[in-house]
Amino acid sequence: MQTGARIGFILLFAPLLLWLGLLIVIPHIDLFLLSLRERIGVGEYRTSLANYIAFFGEPLYLVTFMRTAIMSVLATVLTLIIGFPVAFYIAKFAKGRAQSVLFLLCLVPFWVSELVRTFGWMILLRETGIFSELLQWSGLVDGPVEMLYNDAAMMVGLVYTSMLFMIVPLITTLESLDDSVIEAGYDLGGTGPSVLREIVIPHAMPGIVSGSIVVFMLSLGNYLTPTMLGGKDSLWFTEMIYAQFIVRFNWELGAAFGFMLLILSSLIVWAMLRLTGQTLEKTMG
Amino acid sequence: MTLPDLECLSLSKTFGGFTAVEDVSFAVPPSSFFSILGPSGCGKTTIMRMIAGFLDPTSGDIRIKGRSILQTPPNKRPVNMVFQHLALFPMMNVADNIGYGLRRKGVPRPEIDRRVGEVLERISLPDAGRRRVDELSGGQKQRIAIARCIVLEPDVLLLDEPLGALDLKLREHMKIELKALQAAFGTTFVYITHDQSEALVMSDQIAVMNHGKFEQVASAAELYYRPATSFVAGFVGDNNRWRGTLTRAEGDELQLTTDAGLVMTGAQHGRGLRPGDKAEIFVRPEAIRIARAAADIKGFDNRLSGKVTSTLFNGAASRVLLRPDGSHDEIQVALPQSGEFADLGRGDDVHVGWNAAQANVFPANDEAG
Repeated sequence: MQTGARIGFILLFAPLLLWLGLLIVIPHIDLFLLSLRERIGVGEYRTSLANYIAFFGEPLYLVTFMRTAIMSVLATVLTLIIGFPVAFYIAKFAKGRAQSVLFLLCLVPFWVSELVRTFGWMILLRETGIFSELLQWSGLVDGPVEMLYNDAAMMVGLVYTSMLFMIVPLITTLESLDDSVIEAGYDLGGTGPSVLREIVIPHAMPGIVSGSIVVFMLSLGNYLTPTMLGGKDSLWFTEMIYAQFIVRFNWELGAAFGFMLLILSSLIVWAMLRLTGQTLEKTMG
Repeated sequence: MTLPDLECLSLSKTFGGFTAVEDVSFAVPPSSFFSILGPSGCGKTTIMRMIAGFLDPTSGDIRIKGRSILQTPPNKRPVNMVFQHLALFPMMNVADNIGYGLRRKGVPRPEIDRRVGEVLERISLPDAGRRRVDELSGGQKQRIAIARCIVLEPDVLLLDEPLGALDLKLREHMKIELKALQAAFGTTFVYITHDQSEALVMSDQIAVMNHGKFEQVASAAELYYRPATSFVAGFVGDNNRWRGTLTRAEGDELQLTTDAGLVMTGAQHGRGLRPGDKAEIFVRPEAIRIARAAADIKGFDNRLSGKVTSTLFNGAASRVLLRPDGSHDEIQVALPQSGEFADLGRGDDVHVGWNAAQANVFPANDEAG
């Protein structure tokens, strides 16, 4: 009986262990060992920190690294600022059918692949695109305007891509806020901004933090959007990793870059949790 | 004459085609406990939300100490509300909850601490300031919710069925405590409830509401003994209720033959009923005297004898159901707890009697109470 239960437990646990082991733990150990390897000749390697030294010694790598982090934080903040009113409206003002329809509208863009969605933005923003044509037709500009391949276009793409992942946790936490608590805030003398600051935002904090973590991770690890909308000069760190692995075939340096990105995202998420006084258990429910 | 703390003048509210509140007028004198009692959906919450400012009346006026507040937004009205589920702020501790309104008024920090301390003292929770809201018991939350409003010294405190979520024992206790708090602070309370015992125990004045209108505004005793309409008679307290036709009217005294053939007398208290009118008669179970011998009830205007069909034991509120001879109506009679009827059983012969003045007669109304 006891052994039977043990076997059942092991069988149930096996898929999770396989998943964690094969896809997360083993590749990361391998990457870590790879990143500590230095090639000194054809087929000759030795253990050293050379790859990390190369990372810290080359300003381009460092600049791209910091730029990626800052832009990802900015994309997260923008997504939060745009997503919060939308989520608040869906959770508190929309009723019944309207609520489900609005929620569905947020979901619809995710029915097509990210590639197609990004192409959508290219159609709108390119030199011969809809916005450019519209501006020329209305006489506001004389010639075609190129709106693609800059940081603003990339930011638009990043915010758009991750919006849903911000809105869903926000709606969930805002829906759990009793309307009468908001009314009590007004009844006791609160104004719109003070009710938002003292009641709504503290209540929504777990949703804000979990949404922000997801959006930040998605932006940091995004490859497609910076490449397509940011163009050649977009300088996103994932592009550097890709270049090391695929273009330069320097797996050792690529692995070091990957590890730096992992450390960076862990640090920023940790800082974000500390700053807002939230714990991972609380935000991930 | 002092101005009433709260005055509603011909207040009406319609939602689309539905009239929730229709031409309601009342005045609440300072430092009194005023209740609005009615079944769910009668429009009492709508009145309360209009006073608090969350709804705009379709017509009519609301005045606080003589000044109209219709143009004042909810956060500026000298009115505060205790919500049905209390709506304490879960993200703040007790002291911050109570101090919230004072902070919004821009009261300096030391002054806030002093006043919060004072009010905590008065609700007998002096050390609760640093505790979290979810650590409190139901009764404590209740007191915090009231303290949070009272600390702002509102002209009128609105209470929206705040005892509904409590269990019976605590509810009984909180009734007495609420009344004591109201007396201690001297604030005018406007209390809405569907529970008649809450209204009867606590209020100075009670308005009974049905279908958006006030049926009667009176003291608890008056509602109980002299209901103005058949709805009030049916809603407040328990009643035996018969329908019938008036056969005789002499001054205040009426004679009525019920549809089942019983003849009884009652009082009309100036309602202008005439012989031949369809009418309803209400007699309270506790106004009926029960006896084993016919001689014991010979002083009463109405006398019936019958057989016990069942006894309903409920402690102090025990009843006995009996069927008068030659009729299939049933009468509920309160059972005295002095012990002499302790052995009363099914099928026993008993005699009952009551005075005409204790029986209220109203024009027949097809509407069920």
